[in-house]
Amino acid sequence: MLSTTAETVAPMLMDMPTRADARCFHCGEPVPAGTDLPVEIEGVNQPMCCLGCQAAAKLIVGAGLAEFYRHRTSVSPRVEEMPAAVRERLAAFDHPAVRRQFTRQRADGAAECSLMLEKVACPACLWLIERYLAQQPGVMEVGVNYSTRRARIVHGAEVEVSSLIRGIEQLGYDAQPYDPQRQQLGSDRERRTLLRRLGVALVLGMQVMMVATAFYFDQGYIAADHRQFLNAINLLLTTPVVFYSGMGFLQSAWRGLRGGTLNMDLSVSLGVLLAYLGSAWNTWADRGTTYFDAVVMFVTFLLAARYLEFMARARATETVERMGRRLPLLARRINPAAEGGAEMAAPAELKPGDRVLIRPGEEVPADGVVAEGVSTVNEALLTGESAPLRKQGGDPLLGGSINVDNPLQMTVTRVGEKTLLAGIVEALERALGERPRLTALADRIAGWFVGAVLGVASLTAIAGIAAHTEHWFANVLAVLVITCPCALSLAAPAALTCAINALMSRGVLVVRSAAIETAARVNHVVFDKTGTLTRGAPRLAHTELLGSRREAECLALAAALEWHSEHPIALAFRQAVGGLRVPSATGVINEPGAGIHGEIDGRRWFLGSPQFIAAHTGQQPPAAGSAGPVGTTVMLADQEGPVAVFTLLDEVRPEAAAVVRALRDRGLRVTLLTGDQQLVSAAVAEAIGIGDWRAGMNPQAKLQAVRELQGGGAVVMMVGDGVNDAPVLAGAQVSIAMGSGAALAHSSADMVLLRGDLRGVLEAVEHARKSRRIIRGNLWWALFYNVIGLPAAVLGLVNPLIAAAGMSVSSLFVLGNALRLRRVSEAG
Amino acid sequence: MEIIYLLIPISLVFVGVILWAFLWAVRSGQFDDLEGPAHQILMDDDDIPPADGRGD
Repeated sequence: MLSTTAETVAPMLMDMPTRADARCFHCGEPVPAGTDLPVEIEGVNQPMCCLGCQAAAKLIVGAGLAEFYRHRTSVSPRVEEMPAAVRERLAAFDHPAVRRQFTRQRADGAAECSLMLEKVACPACLWLIERYLAQQPGVMEVGVNYSTRRARIVHGAEVEVSSLIRGIEQLGYDAQPYDPQRQQLGSDRERRTLLRRLGVALVLGMQVMMVATAFYFDQGYIAADHRQFLNAINLLLTTPVVFYSGMGFLQSAWRGLRGGTLNMDLSVSLGVLLAYLGSAWNTWADRGTTYFDAVVMFVTFLLAARYLEFMARARATETVERMGRRLPLLARRINPAAEGGAEMAAPAELKPGDRVLIRPGEEVPADGVVAEGVSTVNEALLTGESAPLRKQGGDPLLGGSINVDNPLQMTVTRVGEKTLLAGIVEALERALGERPRLTALADRIAGWFVGAVLGVASLTAIAGIAAHTEHWFANVLAVLVITCPCALSLAAPAALTCAINALMSRGVLVVRSAAIETAARVNHVVFDKTGTLTRGAPRLAHTELLGSRREAECLALAAALEWHSEHPIALAFRQAVGGLRVPSATGVINEPGAGIHGEIDGRRWFLGSPQFIAAHTGQQPPAAGSAGPVGTTVMLADQEGPVAVFTLLDEVRPEAAAVVRALRDRGLRVTLLTGDQQLVSAAVAEAIGIGDWRAGMNPQAKLQAVRELQGGGAVVMMVGDGVNDAPVLAGAQVSIAMGSGAALAHSSADMVLLRGDLRGVLEAVEHARKSRRIIRGNLWWALFYNVIGLPAAVLGLVNPLIAAAGMSVSSLFVLGNALRLRRVSEAG
Repeated sequence: MEIIYLLIPISLVFVGVILWAFLWAVRSGQFDDLEGPAHQILMDDDDIPPADGRGD
């Protein structure tokens, strides 16, 4: 048997993982010295860096999917051990109320659920997930879409979705269920409709062009009856293009007309319809020229541009949606009658007076007061307050904040619409409704363009009739076709699509394409502080050593104590320790808001505030932080006294100052509005170089401040990340949310910075200005073309060949000009 | 040139067939995932993992 052979081979390779340069076969990270976690993959023992990766590799091999390692084109994500809190919340997916949201009961008794897959690095990962899911008991059918990274699973009603997700997480990936009815289907149907319309226009258009080519080279040798026959064929082929493919334009024009606006689609529809009807008339009457070729080319070009724009936008919303997705929120209501003393309940089912248990890492389900327990609570996303707050009996808790350290029992005081969070959502909706009305540049221009074209066409008709010209109608048609604002209507969409794609490749997602036009006119940028200008999480900024121990050693000790805590400070230490080997601590006791202590290698170590250290060691610690920057001070001590002083800061993003300076250089004013305290805000404003700042602002005050700026004529771009920023994001003319921020902020933003890099703000402004320049360039070109072409058309000098060639050249010119946006920006 | 009265209607039949095929492809989801099939054909069951004991 093959497995026996492999086992005899294994010992020879056993020493491989301990080599200094060994890298984890699964995730590619260095294997820490002394780690020996081999997994036999296809007959060879491969080193693993941690238990998580080992478990994942064993799972893959055990499922007979080891060939995954041969097919993958990039290393897999490191498999972290799942925090207990997350594992428990996964169980919420099996709660009937939650399960109903994303599984569909099928007629044959099976259930169908849809998952979005995350952390996927290459197609082999998707293959692995697909195969793995298909092997699970009770799973009947698995379909993974490689482009959208979504999985559709048909499974027996008895299968727990949480166990499928847990399996995927054990492989090192992430999965979130979603409701396909609500989110995906809408855009899917729209995409298919657009694709069908474009395809029909392309196929029929080719036929029309083929016949039209015969006319281009006609020197009078096409017989009259052949001519009418060919025209009739073209009429037949063009009709679906106008009334099926072009339906979107006709509908939009009609809607605009009823709403009292002359929009771009109206000029498109007029051009298409008049050219089509005129050509049809000429075909029937068998005289004059026909313009079917112009009609189909026009519709096809426009549809192609719309399709590209739609795809870019769909990709953007999809990404935003993924980021905003969170585990479902279920509250643990204390009920002595229930099993285990608590029952799961949806937040909507809570009533004032209910007692709720909130475990560390969980979200507070409603507003209330602490009934029992001491913990720290992070309200940063709600209020902008950067540091977690200590909460004990009687302290208020805000729904939507996150419990950090210890379990808390809360008495619910306000639920549903009365909570602070609901108040913010309401303010957001109001602000969205009152959003400054902006008519798009292209639409405004289209308004006068349509008017002018109609004027010239009528004049041509009047002059033609007055002069008793025989071909006056042909001339009117030529005017319409040659001015048919092909270049004009392509100008804006093509440039916007290029700008959207260029920004996407730089980590800036454009959710609403119209925002690009507005961003070019922005003259005032307003920043939020916590999480936007700063990282939103403390980082180790400075270490002062008091004893003989080395810095790395102190860091490892601190990280060991904090290893299982979810407190932001703990995360800072874990991050700072990097690849160092961390000892394990036992008997760890956490005193919320003060410190943590535990035993490492037989010694008790203390980590916490100077007061905490003084209380436990009986020694007055030295005045801290004299050498380092101002921030949170955390001390490490053993029983004899302090050995190190760490200074942690909510660090200003390194690029923030440069971005603010660059924005100023471009003539923009910069303001900082934050919910944080005066002192912290002042320090950050000074570090970044923002003179105009206001602290302690709630969402309404921020919105008010932005309204005042707008009242003074400013076109405001707002950059923020928190729930508390959502209303002001919606109220600004252009809004940018940080990708790491709250889902609510994403939903009200025009653009999202995926990589959390503030330079994206600058990129957005730059690209917006560049695309405005190019759109204007295109419009000038269209104007120039019309100034030359129109008189010729009015005088009847334009034959169909020249009209068609002119239109193609102008369209290509406009597209080329827009594509320049992509190239130039990549060079710069 | 009377032949065009035959040839062009024939071409229309072809156009009809092409359109039908295209619309069928859109409806049946052929355009929904443009990346997957390229990879799936390379990573499939016919590549038997050695764990099965049939690798040769």
